[in-house]
Formats: sequence, structure tokens, C-alpha cells
Amino acid sequence: MTTYPLEVERLTVAYQKKPVLNSVSFKIPSGKLIGVLGPNGAGKSTLLKAMLGLIPVVDGDVKIFGGAYHEQRKRVGYVPQRESVDWDFPTHALDVVMMGRYGHLGWFRRPGAAERNLALECLTKVGMSELAGRQISQLSGGQQQRVFLARALAQTADLYFMDEPFAGVDATTEKAIVALLQELKEQGKTVLVVHHDLATVEQYFDHVLLLNGGLVAEGPTQEVFTPDNLQKTYGGRIAILQDFSASASAGQV
Amino acid sequence: MMDFWIILTGSLVAATCGVLGCFLVLRKMAMVGDAISHSVLPGIAIAFLISGSRDSVLMLAGAAVLGLITVFLIQMLQQSGLQSDASIGIVFTALFAIGVILISLNASHIDLDLDCVLFGEIAYVPWDTWILNGYDMGPAAVWMLGGTLLLVLALIGLFYKQFKLCAFDPALAAAVGIPVVLFHYLLMGMVSVATVASFESVGAILVVGMLIVPASTAYLLTDRLSRMLLYSVLIGILSSAGGYYLAKWLDASIAGAMISVAGILFVLAFIFSPLHGLAARYLKRRRLKAGTGMAQA
Repeated sequence: MTTYPLEVERLTVAYQKKPVLNSVSFKIPSGKLIGVLGPNGAGKSTLLKAMLGLIPVVDGDVKIFGGAYHEQRKRVGYVPQRESVDWDFPTHALDVVMMGRYGHLGWFRRPGAAERNLALECLTKVGMSELAGRQISQLSGGQQQRVFLARALAQTADLYFMDEPFAGVDATTEKAIVALLQELKEQGKTVLVVHHDLATVEQYFDHVLLLNGGLVAEGPTQEVFTPDNLQKTYGGRIAILQDFSASASAGQV
Repeated sequence: MMDFWIILTGSLVAATCGVLGCFLVLRKMAMVGDAISHSVLPGIAIAFLISGSRDSVLMLAGAAVLGLITVFLIQMLQQSGLQSDASIGIVFTALFAIGVILISLNASHIDLDLDCVLFGEIAYVPWDTWILNGYDMGPAAVWMLGGTLLLVLALIGLFYKQFKLCAFDPALAAAVGIPVVLFHYLLMGMVSVATVASFESVGAILVVGMLIVPASTAYLLTDRLSRMLLYSVLIGILSSAGGYYLAKWLDASIAGAMISVAGILFVLAFIFSPLHGLAARYLKRRRLKAGTGMAQA
């Protein structure tokens, strides 16, 4: 029997009695790049946080490589939204990347040379090695995002959760992220990415998860990323959807 | 010798508060320090009523418990939708008021008056000595504050990476399995203990100054957390020594002068810090302007 990297069953999350995610169930096969899509407030970030045990869930079950999250922590890497931290914090890029190792170090061990080298390697992978010693507030938004990605790489995980890594980044960073996602995929890792730009979905992801309070659809991009499903996910909320669904169906023919 | 004990006491308060203050400032919780320093009052009063003595250890315990209750109540109010500044204001004024009533009802005839707690007098420290088996061990406050400083340094030193990650990115900290809530309350517990240990020497209100002012000054001077902690301690010690001599010269309140010196150092850093100071920013802008001017010419 194959174990899935990620299995979610009847996951329900509510903020102060208002349901945000309603009985969401899905299974993610190994080695896929998965785009998590949906309108604002659809519960995309909430889904990631609930799977990571960062917010309480009302009901449901999350299995990571067949086990509970707290047993599999070291196999999961997390990239939070860039705005979730204070970039004026007195620290430098390399130090932030080393934070990705803290979970592996246990209670008392301090980061040392091994952690430093790995962190530098991860920074190099995102094209940031020259900026390793730079104070993080002196980095551009795209560079900060790449520091966060390097930190997730330093977690040496098999399953990655990334919360809007493409939000507000420059073209160089976007290319760097795409290359990195491909590399992770080639290594057989599974990556869930919360994404907003519908125009790039087919290009970046081979699997999509459409979310709007509940799960609308989930599966290979070619089968699931259809005008019909998008209409169900976004409703009549975006005007460009019409143009977009036209091009999507054209692409399918 | 008097000078030495007073400066040492001030420095111990400054060092303890300097280390903890850095984490409060970085977590944008400076006013929680203020709240704790006031709301521990009922804890002290209750500990005093139970034991009937001014036993320091019991008072520390009572204060630590109240400190944690304060933090818990503030968080509960925030989570129920109240603004964070309002939550802090409600909790600490209410608890402080309870403390005032407890003290005025029961302890008015004994030496636990509000003046002493709020505006503590560092000048009396050398006389209140700790006698052990007939030996004079030196001022009791120095022992208590020294012990508190060691405790704080040991805990922060041991769990430096946890405190750092919890301050910078609590979501990642929780995701990698660091018990964020435990370290939150550990930090707040240390702030409570430090506050009470410092009460008698510099007073509650001035403890808040030592928690926030040196740490904020250090924040302006460096881009590394480890150096920020070091600078914060050094600035605190400098403020204590400088403040003592300023007070002697002016014949004014010693604790007041210490915080005033800390305030002056902050203003100096605010203007002249090579990293974030007003002067540095002004020069940088002028250089940029000159650069574009030349390019246009």
C-alpha cells in the first residue's frame, strides 16, 4: 500500500464560530507541484496553517506520510507569507536561513558550522549567496521571499507548504522560485503552493486544488483546471474570468 | 563603599531588564512590561498577607504568578476581539487597583507602603543588609538582583535560539515544534520576577524605563540580536553609573537620574546612530541628492 505525502479528511476550521473550511478531504500523490487556488477568504492560508497544527481545528484528520503532523515535523518545510514577520528584526539573511535548522537541533544544541554551511548552500540555490551577511530590512521584497524559500530548503523536508511565495515579487525572483519548484519536484518532493495568478497556473503546477470554503475540485491540472470548475470556485467575482476561461478552453481543444 | 553598592544595584537591575527588554521591544510588547510592573502589586500584597513578613522569595513567587495571570488575561481579552492596547490598560489598572485596596486595608500600619513599592529608594540599599549566621553578607538587594540576573542569563543562554525564533517568526517556531506558549510565559514570568526583584531598589515605574529605554537605544545601534543584547546591558550599566553621579551632583533622586541618563543616551542614539540615526539619514539623502544633481549636470 502506498502512503500519500498528505491525506486530509473532513477538515473543518472555524474562526469564532464562523466556518472557514468546511469538511475538506483530499489526497495528494507524491512528487507533485500543487497549486492551491481560490478567491480571497477562501481559506487557503487557513488550510496550510490547520495542516501544520498552527490553528485549532473543529474536526477532521490530517495525515502526513501516514502519521500525525507532530510525528512528521522534520519532513515538512513551511514558507509563511512574507508579511507575517517583522523585517526590521536585527538579523541577517544567513541567520534567518539557519532558523530552518532549529527544529532539527532539538532543545539544547546550538546552530554550528554544519548548519552554517547548509544555510549558505541553500542561499546559493536561490541566488542570494553574496547577500548572506546583509541585514534583512536592506533586502528587496523579492530577495526577502528568496530568503524564506532558502530557509524552507534548509529544513530538508519531503513535503513543502508555501503561502503565496509569488506575491509581489520581481521577475528574477519569480524565475528563481519556478526553477526551485522544478528542482524539488525532480528530487521527488511534494510542494503545495498557495497561488493567485490564474494565468500562470497551467505553466507552473501539474496538480491543482480549488478551494472556496469547501473543496471545489482537486486533481491533475489538465482535468481539473476547467472554466466550469473556475466558475464554481470564483463565481462571477472576477470579470477577467470570462477571457480567461475562453483561453483555458482554447488550450484544452 | 556606599557608591559601589548603589551603582552595583543599579547595574544589576539594568542588566536584567536590559536583556529581557530586548525581547519585549522586538516582540512589540514594551507596554506589557509596563502592565506587569503594576499588576504584580496584588501578588505582593497577598504574599505579604499570607506570610506576614517581607520575605523576598515568597513575594517574588506571588508576583510571578500575578505576572503570568496578567499576560493570560490580556491575551484572553485580545482574543475575544478587544483592541490590544485597551486590553492591556484594563487588565493592569484593574489588578493594580485591587493591589492598592489590599495594601491600604491590611498593611497600612506596616512597612509595605505604596511609596516604597512605586518609587523605591535605591539610596537605602546599602543599609538593608543580609545577615547570614551573624556575618554581614552585604546588601540583600544585591543578592536578590544578582540571583535574578543569573537566572535570566541562564534561561536566555540555554534557550537562545527558541527565544529568538519565537520573537522573529512564531508561526515557524510552532511549526518546527518549539512550544511557543511555554516560552512566551517563561519570558513573561522572568519579566515579572525581574520587576519585583527591582521594586525596592528603583521602584516599579522606573523598572519600566530600564526594560524599554536601553533596549530601544541598542536597537538603533546594531543589526544583530546578540550585539543588541550586549549593548542594551552596557547602556543600562552606563546609565546606572552616570545617573548616580548626576544625582550626587544635583542632589536629586538617584533612580530618576539613572533613567534620565538612559533617556539622554537614547536621544543621542536617535540622532547620531550610524545605522538608523537622523544625522546618518540626512547625510545619506544629501549625498544622493548631490549624486543626482551631478548626473543631471
